[in-house]
Amino acid sequence: MTDVHIVGAGIHPFGRHDDKSGLDQGVFAVQEALADAGLAWTDIQFAFGGSSAAGNADAVLPRMGLTGVQFINVANGCATGGSAILSGYWAIKSGEFDLGLVVGFDKHPRGAFNADPEEWGLPAWYGEAGMMLTTQFFAMKIQRYMGLHGIGAETLGLVAEKAFQNGALTPHAWRREPVGLNTIMNSDMVSDPLTKFMFCAPAEGGAALILASDRKMRELGLKGPKIRGAAVRTRVEGSFEVFSPSLEIARGPSPTEIASKAAYEMTGLGPSDIDVIQIQDTESGAEIMHMAENGFCAHGEQDRLIRDGVTRIGGAMPINTDGGCLACGEPIGASGLRQVYENVQQLRGRAEGRQVEGARLGYSQVYGAPGLSAVAVLEA
Amino acid sequence: MGQRPLAEGVYRVVEGAPRLLGGRRKSDGKIVFPLPQGAQGQAFEATDLASDGVLWSYTVQRFRPKTPYAGRDGEFRPYAVGYVELPGQIIVESHIATDDFNALRIGLPMRLTLIPFREDPDGAQVMIPAFEAAA
Repeated sequence: MTDVHIVGAGIHPFGRHDDKSGLDQGVFAVQEALADAGLAWTDIQFAFGGSSAAGNADAVLPRMGLTGVQFINVANGCATGGSAILSGYWAIKSGEFDLGLVVGFDKHPRGAFNADPEEWGLPAWYGEAGMMLTTQFFAMKIQRYMGLHGIGAETLGLVAEKAFQNGALTPHAWRREPVGLNTIMNSDMVSDPLTKFMFCAPAEGGAALILASDRKMRELGLKGPKIRGAAVRTRVEGSFEVFSPSLEIARGPSPTEIASKAAYEMTGLGPSDIDVIQIQDTESGAEIMHMAENGFCAHGEQDRLIRDGVTRIGGAMPINTDGGCLACGEPIGASGLRQVYENVQQLRGRAEGRQVEGARLGYSQVYGAPGLSAVAVLEA
Repeated sequence: MGQRPLAEGVYRVVEGAPRLLGGRRKSDGKIVFPLPQGAQGQAFEATDLASDGVLWSYTVQRFRPKTPYAGRDGEFRPYAVGYVELPGQIIVESHIATDDFNALRIGLPMRLTLIPFREDPDGAQVMIPAFEAAA
C-alpha cells in the first residue's frame, strides 16, 4: 500500500477578522498550501473540507476554479478537520488518487456556542432550562476528573498560562500576549471550576493541507511528513459526552481513548515515541484529561508533569506548541487541521521561535460532539 | 398563584413527592432519561426514577445563556447544574438547588425537589425539577 505524505501546508491566522469571511480565510489557506507545494489548483485530484458556521466548504470551488474535482463536505463537529484529514488519507491509501487537498475554515459569532436542542434529538426544555451549554459539560467533566484523580485547581491555570506563552510565539495564533497565572486564576468564573481564561473562545480561521502519495511526491520533487496513521472513532456505551441528560452508571472508554489506541496500533508506535503533541484543549481541563486519554500519562500524573514544566516547549512532552485552542481560538472546521499544520511545521523544522528540537514524530487529537475523536500521527 | 411545569412529561408527583419520569427499555430493562417520545418511545415504558441519589459532578452557570434559555428576566442569577447518581438506575442531569455553591461536593447525598424557574406574565410560577442536599 502507498504511503501518504503532507507536501503543502497553509493557514490563515486564527482570531477575529471583521474584513474577511470564513470562506476568504479558507481560500487563503488553500492558496498558501498550493504555493507551499509549488502546485496549481488544477493539479488537485480530490478535496475534503469542512466548515461548521461559515457555509459549505465546497464554496471554495468557484473561488479556486471549477475543475469538476471531487469535493466532499465533512461535518463532524469540532473533529471536522481531523475527519477531513482521515478522508484524504484513505483516498490516497486506497490507491484511487495521488494528490489532494483537505481544508477547513470557520467564522463564529462572539460569545459561547449555542445549540438548538431539537437539532440534537433533545427536548426543547433542555435548552429552555439552561442546560444546553458546552461550557457546563466541560466544567462538569473536569470537575469530576479532578475529584477522582487529585488534580489541583492551579493546574488548570498553568495549562492556560502555557497556552498563552506558546501563542505569543506563534504567528498564526489569536492570543499573542502572555497572561500571568494570577490573572488567569482570578478572572471571572465562567462555569466552575473554569475561569474565563481557561476556556477557548469561538473564533475564525482557515487551514489547508496538500496530501500526496509517496510516488507522486517523488515525481513532483517534493517532500513532507508522512502520515503514519490516522483514526476516527465514535463513542461507545458509558462515555461522558456533551448534551447528555443522563449517563449510564457503568462507565466506558472515551472516543479519544479508542481512537488513540487505534492509531498506536496501526502505526506500531507508543506514546513514548512521540516528540510533539497537539491535543484538544477546548478548555484547560480538556488538555489535562486528554494527556491521559491519549496515553501520555496515567490519570493523576498531570499535576506533577505540568508543574514540572514537562509539557512546555523544551520539556520532554511538549503539548500544544502553538497555544492550542486556548490561544488560537476555536473555528470548528479548522482546528483539527491547525493541529496537523503545527505538527507539519514542527517536523519540517519551520516552527521558528517555538521549535521542538529534533521533532521526528508528531501526534494530534481533536474531539468533537456528539462524541468522536480524530487522531493523526506524522513522521518527519 | 398557580404553578406549572416548564415542560410536561419530565416529572410527576407520586405520593406528594416529585419523581423524574424516565424510560425503561422493554427489551432489556435499560433505564434512560428523559422518557423517549414518538416512534422511539414505543420501545420504552414510563418509570419513576428514584428521588434520592449522590452528587456525581456539578458546575455553576455564571453567565446568562443565549437563546433558547428561558429563565427569568432581569439581573441574571447564577445557578448550579449537576449530575446525580441514582443507585442502580442512572446518572441524571439536573439543576442543583443550593444557597451555597461552595457547599457542593462530589458524593453529597441529594434529593429531588421542585424549584421555581421563572414567573410567567399570568403570575404562575414555572417549576423545574432540581436536586438539593438531602437533610
